[in-house]
Amino acid sequence: MSTVTTVLDLLTIIASGFGTLVLVALGLAIIFGMMGIINLAHGEFIMIGAYATALSYQQGIPLVLAIVVGGFVTGVFGVIVERLVIQHLYDRTIDSMVATWGLSLIMTQSVLIVFGPTLGGIGTPFGAVSYGSYSASIYQWVLAAAAVFLLSVVYLLFNYTEYGLHAKATIEDEETARSLGIDTDRIYMITFFVGSLLAGVAGGLFAPTISLVPSLGGSYIIEAFVTVIVGGASVLVGVPASGLALSIINGGAAQFGGALAGRVALLVVAILIIRLLPEGISEYITEHIRG
Amino acid sequence: MSDKTETVEEAAGETGLSQRLYGALSRFEGPHTIGTSDRFWLGFLIVVATILSYPMLASEFGVLTTTTLFVWVFLSLSLSICWGYAGIFSFGQTAFFGLGGYTFGVVGINLLPVTGGTNLALLAAILVPALGAAAVGYFMFYGRVSGVYVAIITLAVTLILELLFSRTAGAEYAIGSAQLGGYNGMTGIPDLTLGAGPVVIELDTMGTFYFVVGLLIVMYLALRYVLNSNYGYLMVATRESEDRTETLGYDVRLLKLQVFTVAGGVAGLGGALYASTGNFISPPIMGLAFAALPVIWITVGGRKTLIGAILGTLAVRGLSNRLASAGSELAVIFVGLLLLASVLLLPEGAVPTINQYLQQRFAPDKGEQP
Repeated sequence: MSTVTTVLDLLTIIASGFGTLVLVALGLAIIFGMMGIINLAHGEFIMIGAYATALSYQQGIPLVLAIVVGGFVTGVFGVIVERLVIQHLYDRTIDSMVATWGLSLIMTQSVLIVFGPTLGGIGTPFGAVSYGSYSASIYQWVLAAAAVFLLSVVYLLFNYTEYGLHAKATIEDEETARSLGIDTDRIYMITFFVGSLLAGVAGGLFAPTISLVPSLGGSYIIEAFVTVIVGGASVLVGVPASGLALSIINGGAAQFGGALAGRVALLVVAILIIRLLPEGISEYITEHIRG
Repeated sequence: MSDKTETVEEAAGETGLSQRLYGALSRFEGPHTIGTSDRFWLGFLIVVATILSYPMLASEFGVLTTTTLFVWVFLSLSLSICWGYAGIFSFGQTAFFGLGGYTFGVVGINLLPVTGGTNLALLAAILVPALGAAAVGYFMFYGRVSGVYVAIITLAVTLILELLFSRTAGAEYAIGSAQLGGYNGMTGIPDLTLGAGPVVIELDTMGTFYFVVGLLIVMYLALRYVLNSNYGYLMVATRESEDRTETLGYDVRLLKLQVFTVAGGVAGLGGALYASTGNFISPPIMGLAFAALPVIWITVGGRKTLIGAILGTLAVRGLSNRLASAGSELAVIFVGLLLLASVLLLPEGAVPTINQYLQQRFAPDKGEQP
């Protein structure tokens, strides 16, 4: 029985780790992969999503709808940021890091001033499931399922819509895309909207499980960043692959040495992968599948 | 190069002494550091004199605060030489700053009763971070890691150090008689005590101020010398185009390794000064928030110039200190806005922009001088 419990425990940790990493990284990966912008305020975008979700939920909107509201609020906020700041920073990756760090400072502090040090939390839905001495919150599995769902939505978006086609053309060769009549400026704006919306939805999904404080974004940004870089250029292959790999490493190390060991293991592995697979996991996978 | 010969020729008519002075001065001048005119060096002397006379006018607390402010400049200079001049964007210089502080603490606490001074501790606090930087640098540059990926690896390194040092609570985490102290940090770090044998001086607040300022001036001039030598030109060439520099036959990897190592040592020195002036150091100094600070300072001031890095640090840190101690909630927002405005409006930084403006305004070849 104890073996079963251990295995179930580990599986739960890996599944929820996978869900969390994919959710935090997906929006960032799309923005970085397509636009070359590193948004260090991504954690704060997640925070906006979580706050908007919690505030709508407290107004009596059902949780699922509240999460959608959180996503759209963050998406619209993202468009405003894109128009004011980001559009001046295309092709300036490092400057984009520095500027969005400034943005994250402003966002954290503004939310602190407006909403105070904490916002009343919302309870975790669905309760828990137990098997013998094993017990876990069902919501942890919901996060993993939501991650898979969002990955499929992004897949459909990029492969079966006009926007997706134009977006892929824009990454491939911006100048040619523009000369063929694609409004690349608009594509970038929509892309930033999609990335921000995904961050907001992630925040909404996390809202029931975390304490809502203005600085909550800080705890996600490093994980998001590491997952994106380890994953590499191809978002739809890279993010789930690196999310899975990192959550296995993180979960395994955390099981033996505590949460801190998990975090250290995550960072060390990230450093090693950057050095050994500079193009990220996705490149490695695509190359080896193609032979 | 033509600037230098002109200066020397101009001076040729005057006495031998001033000629030699100009000749020596020209070694500190070049296109990549601001300030070549007589006016600049005169201003430099005035500023130095003002800073040196400052402790006579200020309270002890004021002197201490100013010393701490100057200590941060070492961190900024360290980032300016690797990011601003050599194009290595390190987001984790605080790793070496923190390592320097901890090394100074461990060696200082253990050796002060034995040797009576902290000379060795100061030396170790430069060497250990430099070695650490050499290891990280070798790993990165000889693995052809560059650009944003350098930022991520260095950031990961500083975060790992933060986590590991946070883990060191408890009596078993002691090196000799120095307790590492976990998240709460290491206390009882000795003041700077220089000299050996019968001539030992424990620096008080004033002494520390003069020591830090002295080191800063020496560091500034030494960096100007290096940056205006062929080696400095090579650093800038690497920043501008690694491929081209390599094609011309230079080993870019080795150069970046050397620069990163020296920068690690400079940051370590800053860390030692930080630990000794506060008698304390703790892991958050290597965390994400602190790691971003030098990036902010030198971006605002102008990372590609030493003066920009120095003034940016003093201005931004000084102002946000003042706002924060006035209890303003807006201090952080102010820093954020400043950073955004700098990147969008003055991408080269405030100091180079102002300098360019002044040069155009007061250019001698444009003005109608009688």
